[in-house]
Amino acid sequence: MAEDIEERKRIVEIKEYKQYFNEGKKSEVRAVKDVSFSIYEGETFGLVGESGSGKSTTGRAIIKLGDITGGQILYKGQDINSIKRRKDLLKFRKSMQMIFQDPYASLNPRLTVKEIIGGALKVHGMETNSAERTKKVHELLESVGLNKQFANRYPKEFSGGQCQRVGIARALAVEPDFIIADEAISALDVSIQAQVINLLKELKEKNNLTYLFIAHDLSMVKYISDRIGVMNRGRILEVSNADELYIAPLHPYTESLLSAIPTPDPEAERHRVRTEYDPGYHHYDNHNGVGLHEIAPEHFIYCHEDEVPLYRKKRQRLLKKAKQYA
Amino acid sequence: MEETTILEVKDLAVSFQTFEGVVQAVRGVDFSLKKGETLAIVGESGSGKSVSTKAINQLLPKKNTLIERGEILFEGKDLLKLSEKEIQKIRGNDIAMIFQDPMTSLNPTMQVGKQIAEPIIAHKGVSKGEAKQKALELMDLVGIQHPERTYKSYPHQFSGGMRQRVMIAIALACEPKILIADEPTTALDVTIQAQILDLMNNLKKDLDTSIIFITHDLGVVAQMADRVAVMYAGKIVEIGTADEIFYNPMHPYTWGLLASMPTLDVEQTSLYTIPGSPPNLLHPPEGDAFAARNEYALGIDFYEDPELFKVSETHFAKTWLLHPDAPEVIPPAEVIRRKEKFRYLNSEKRMSKTVGGEAYGRRY
Ligand SMILES: Nc1ncnc2c1ncn2[C@@H]1O[C@H](COP(=O)(O)OP(=O)(O)OP(=O)(O)O)[C@@H](O)[C@H]1O
Ligand SMILES: Nc1ncnc2c1ncn2[C@@H]1O[C@H](COP(=O)(O)OP(=O)(O)OP(=O)(O)O)[C@@H](O)[C@H]1O
Ligand SMILES: [Mg+2]
Ligand SMILES: [Mg+2]
Repeated sequence: MAEDIEERKRIVEIKEYKQYFNEGKKSEVRAVKDVSFSIYEGETFGLVGESGSGKSTTGRAIIKLGDITGGQILYKGQDINSIKRRKDLLKFRKSMQMIFQDPYASLNPRLTVKEIIGGALKVHGMETNSAERTKKVHELLESVGLNKQFANRYPKEFSGGQCQRVGIARALAVEPDFIIADEAISALDVSIQAQVINLLKELKEKNNLTYLFIAHDLSMVKYISDRIGVMNRGRILEVSNADELYIAPLHPYTESLLSAIPTPDPEAERHRVRTEYDPGYHHYDNHNGVGLHEIAPEHFIYCHEDEVPLYRKKRQRLLKKAKQYA
Repeated sequence: MEETTILEVKDLAVSFQTFEGVVQAVRGVDFSLKKGETLAIVGESGSGKSVSTKAINQLLPKKNTLIERGEILFEGKDLLKLSEKEIQKIRGNDIAMIFQDPMTSLNPTMQVGKQIAEPIIAHKGVSKGEAKQKALELMDLVGIQHPERTYKSYPHQFSGGMRQRVMIAIALACEPKILIADEPTTALDVTIQAQILDLMNNLKKDLDTSIIFITHDLGVVAQMADRVAVMYAGKIVEIGTADEIFYNPMHPYTWGLLASMPTLDVEQTSLYTIPGSPPNLLHPPEGDAFAARNEYALGIDFYEDPELFKVSETHFAKTWLLHPDAPEVIPPAEVIRRKEKFRYLNSEKRMSKTVGGEAYGRRY
């Protein structure tokens, strides 16, 4: 497994990325302190974690919305900071699409759905003929489970979930290689979530797409992701392949996150015990030797190097326990 | 425990005038809300959950909304008949709402702290200083860090989840009798979600607040709800106690919802989905709106809309499958598993029969 991954191409590489807002002012926010991870071509990388921990900010940085404070982001081997010419930018924007967290705020309220999706096609010189374009818009709407008659509606005439699907259709329209889905399905009902997830999976296989999937629904993240990164307060605390993360969550924050997932079972809910997390846990006064350390192949924890043996033991113990129950 | 009804929605029907014609978004919805209870509304996206609840506070766009028929009774008044001035006294004070889309419901040009303090000044007649103090407390309560510093922030400087918490603080500001929460936690991580849910449950316990909770997350429903209503195409298709809906569902749409969820423990290659797409509410189909997508549909479903059949004193479902002459059908495996649990729970007599927070023996 580990060797396979070594050979796979990295589509996105994030190195020591930092993002501060209002730098130097009293209101300075260190939204992202130090984030490094890679996304391999053809995989789905899930990003979960605390609200306000910098997930959307990281997503926005990858898609080049605004300047980053520090570090480097490579897309297909190229530093995105060096993409400046209009033609290159356009190519970059076609190759990478984002589905935003707030569907109403990310769609122009004055345009109809046909204009929104058609506009995206037009900008990228796809389907230049107007009749073709309409046909494509209708196809896209149907592919996300929307009635093609909705093409003439304005965003505010949709329910939250319908609006989110318009955003997904717009992202798919330009046939990107890489899609960042920021809470793309949380506004949808479970049946349509399942429909969109199946669609995203199918498209991934068919078009060899890569996804960065930012979400709060940990059961959906587990289902769709190959690997998962867990964020808290501007840092990645744990990166692991998806299955292992749920069997052997090592960082106490990950444990608390998993223990808080509500299950669709009222009786179980009445008896659930949550594990609390003390953020002091990853406060290190001295940062020497602190960073993302590899506990096992492809399983990383943000910790001090002295803690590595402890985490290794914990992993062994949890894997053994999981085997017993299997 | 005494069960007083605080809100009653009767035969509510709402349409919208649009470019393509009249959209019949809500087509006859009945439900009641008791004091201190949490009613969850789940269901298809676009089925009318938000519209039904926005009607309560008269929050639908005046321009193209048609209230076709119905009544919404609160403290002896029909809220649909109140003037804008009268409803303003109730809105945000007696009945507060947390919206699905925080960015569009917050004022982008006003400091978040002020947005929380404003309803307190408006409804409670306290001084500016007191309102600010209360707003800071609320910010802390909903888990916004460093309230003193962030009081002066604008919405765009907040993450999605933080904006959502501002909305929650605004809604809680006046200690409402009814809290309508439209997907209040979808933008939040599970640990903060857990805090917010605890907060809402405390409110319910301390102040006997009634809650209408709209969400797609059936896990959250299981954790919060005393009763659950399931909506499809503008109607309630099933309503019952949380245990009845989760362990003894009767409507094929509810079956589909429960079967669509990924589970943490079982490997799945693809998720179950309900086939087809929802009906066009410009021209709702004849018969049962769910028939075309329902693998358990009977012939009659295609020309006659089923009535609500009674399953128990608290449980009703709108499906012909409950008619005495209907054939026996086998629900999806997931539902059979749940029904077994229902029998087990009943035999153990571990279920309490009354509706209402305390009686359910919850943790809070
Ligand atoms: N334009 C901005 N100005 C100031 N602060 C900002 C700005 N944008 C984001 N922030 C801050 O950066 C932090 C990270 O925000 P971000 O939106 O990335 O969080 P997130 O992990 O996506 O959270 P959520 O799960 O709630 O969406 C937050 O503290 C937020 O307040
Ligand atoms: N202002 C409006 N103009 C026209 N149609 C509208 C308007 N508001 C809502 N609708 C339509 O009414 C129907 C019900 O919408 P509603 O927002 O209540 O759905 P919902 O059940 O809350 O869905 P979701 O789970 O996606 O939020 C949808 O078909 C929607 O497109
Ligand atoms: Mg976000
Ligand atoms: Mg809604």
